[in-house]
Amino acid sequence: MSGVRTLVVWCPDWPLVAAGLCDRPSAVLGAGRVVACSAPARVEGVARGLRRRQAEASCPGLAVVDHDPAADARAFEPVVAAVEVFTPGVEIVRPGVCALATRGPSRYFGGDGALAARVAAAVDGVLARFGDAPACRVGLADGPFAAERAARQGLVVPAGASAAFLAGFPVSTLGAELADLLVRLGIRTLGQLAELPAPAVLARFGPQGATAHRLARGLDERPLAARIPPPELAETAELDPPAERLETAAFVAKGLADRLHDHLAEEGLTATLVLVEAEWEDGRRLGRRWRLDGNGGRTAAALAERVRWQVDGWLSAPLADRPSGGLTLLRLVPEEVRSDDGRQLGFWGGDRGAAERVARALARVQGMLGPDAVVTAVPDGGRSPAEQVRLVPWGETVGSAARGVRADGSAPPWPGRIPPPAPATVHPVPVPAEVADARLSVAGSPWSPVAAWAGPWPVDERWWDHTAHRRRARWQVVTADGVAHLLSQQGDRWEVEATYD
Amino acid sequence: MAVAAPLSELVERAQPLAMAGERLLPVLPPLAPLLPAGGLRRGSVVTVSGSTSLALALLAAASAQGSWCAAVGLPALGLAAAAEMGVALDRFPLVASPGPGSGPGGWAWVVAALLDAFDVVLAGSPSRAGSGVRAADARRLTARVRERGSVLVVAGAWAEPAEVRLSQVSSTWEGVGQGHGRLRGRRVVVVAGGRGAAARERRVPLWLPHPDGGVREVVDGERRAHARRVVS
Repeated sequence: MSGVRTLVVWCPDWPLVAAGLCDRPSAVLGAGRVVACSAPARVEGVARGLRRRQAEASCPGLAVVDHDPAADARAFEPVVAAVEVFTPGVEIVRPGVCALATRGPSRYFGGDGALAARVAAAVDGVLARFGDAPACRVGLADGPFAAERAARQGLVVPAGASAAFLAGFPVSTLGAELADLLVRLGIRTLGQLAELPAPAVLARFGPQGATAHRLARGLDERPLAARIPPPELAETAELDPPAERLETAAFVAKGLADRLHDHLAEEGLTATLVLVEAEWEDGRRLGRRWRLDGNGGRTAAALAERVRWQVDGWLSAPLADRPSGGLTLLRLVPEEVRSDDGRQLGFWGGDRGAAERVARALARVQGMLGPDAVVTAVPDGGRSPAEQVRLVPWGETVGSAARGVRADGSAPPWPGRIPPPAPATVHPVPVPAEVADARLSVAGSPWSPVAAWAGPWPVDERWWDHTAHRRRARWQVVTADGVAHLLSQQGDRWEVEATYD
Repeated sequence: MAVAAPLSELVERAQPLAMAGERLLPVLPPLAPLLPAGGLRRGSVVTVSGSTSLALALLAAASAQGSWCAAVGLPALGLAAAAEMGVALDRFPLVASPGPGSGPGGWAWVVAALLDAFDVVLAGSPSRAGSGVRAADARRLTARVRERGSVLVVAGAWAEPAEVRLSQVSSTWEGVGQGHGRLRGRRVVVVAGGRGAAARERRVPLWLPHPDGGVREVVDGERRAHARRVVS
């Protein structure tokens, strides 16, 4: 009873590929340490786990970006779509790594090796769009753990040979805490661990040790357990005649969502991930997974609304991607369920509905315009008004913690910072201006005399970097008509950065 | 009693949305004379011209008391200024650039979608981009605002007669000289007009912002000096 034959696709340096930086020395930082680095950076001696300063010291000119797992996941979507061509059951392990069970596809495509080669070719085809991305690696073995090891080496491990394949790996592959203990006891490789008798490992190291022992022997993480298969929970509606209009589909979706919700409630369950599937007259079959959150997202009405947005999204896709003809079948599959523990209402009887309504309205706008269209501002450290806030897509928790701001909300000193009040208009692209003889002209408008001015606030930024180095001075200028601008001067070039209106 | 007083205070603070049932959203006290009801009446449209700070100041009190506000079509909005004015940034999402046209994803669609959920929507009228607010869209949105009981604050031109129209007619900066000092405070005169109860024109001199931050009335002594400057 060895592990399920699993194929793992590994895209090396994924965070950098997603950021479009894999062709130059670059690194991705998370919590002040290098999380991933590109091949050119590795040559210079940058490695995972280094502090920012160490990395920059070993490789001057290193491009550094912050880790943004949400963006990584978004960029990974086309890769998953390419793998999905081979089998529908693709699981994303994390952005950059996805896995699939190979029993069916392997037989269909003529063996493990042939399948691995095809998947690799398909994924490389997608990676080519990312510029200089390193080629993906595909590995096949018994169980996801061994398969991921195999993927790093691009190997196909024959069935039943996973234990032998894993034997040479150090125990640190299993994770830090237990590995540390094992090494001190003289057990250095997975092979040595696998040779120990299972009951003794369980007695000495507990469940964590037992899991590690199973993995080292090339088995699945959990032993198979006899269990009652969950009742078929998916809800399907066939539409005859096909629905051409959104309203018709939305009406059907409402009934489906109600039925699904009622069935789940009978089982004492609530869905946290629902697959919305649609079939169209032209034979196209589209599906998207929607995560339902606990803040009112798990009601029948909320689910119906999401289905409506999704169908709306499909119908308003660019012409080439849009399904032609009407909708013939709609299916809701709850992919993740958990027991329903009810919802606690606000203690003071406040209107919790407001936040829920807001979340729904914004999800709707994001569904239409893309996740980046709705942003929220978090305070940030910086000198110019534009640098003092950072915009993050709404709903992304990543990096939403304020940076450059102390825990109590006060800002540390930024020499050369423009003092408050902050301007109410900050031009996304600075507007060119001309200054001569105490007169100001903004973007070619008529000259207006300068009534008062203050400054300069000199700025000499990133002097250690040729390309990003900027020396300039900022001025506050009030014209005779009472309008105040924040001007920036670089040599004899003037720009309006912001307007105090 | 010793317990009851802080408790009632706590209830008041923990229940910011008690206003939701009422018809009026609060504004900063110095702005109250500009509005016929002394606050933002739910279901009304307010236009603001000549000043982005004034539009942000209108939102500040409602936002600080727990209302949700949103901004649409204002890519150049200064968010540091919004925070200084008192707008809670974590309850202030922005849709900076809605899609083109008037179909789904367009300016009017986004504003309508947000009016369903938000107490106050601050919308930059798309007239600067050339297309303008179509009269039909403006009528539809006015009806939507009335139906949902939210408030639409339009920065710029609006094709329908708004309930309240605010415009900043003069502005004088303080604290800055010929190469010394810095911008500290600004005195402005805001003219309010509109329909119905707001039809009578009012002129209110304000500090926007005051040298100590925030919005304040111009008190009498300052007012005379201000009047002189405005005339010049």
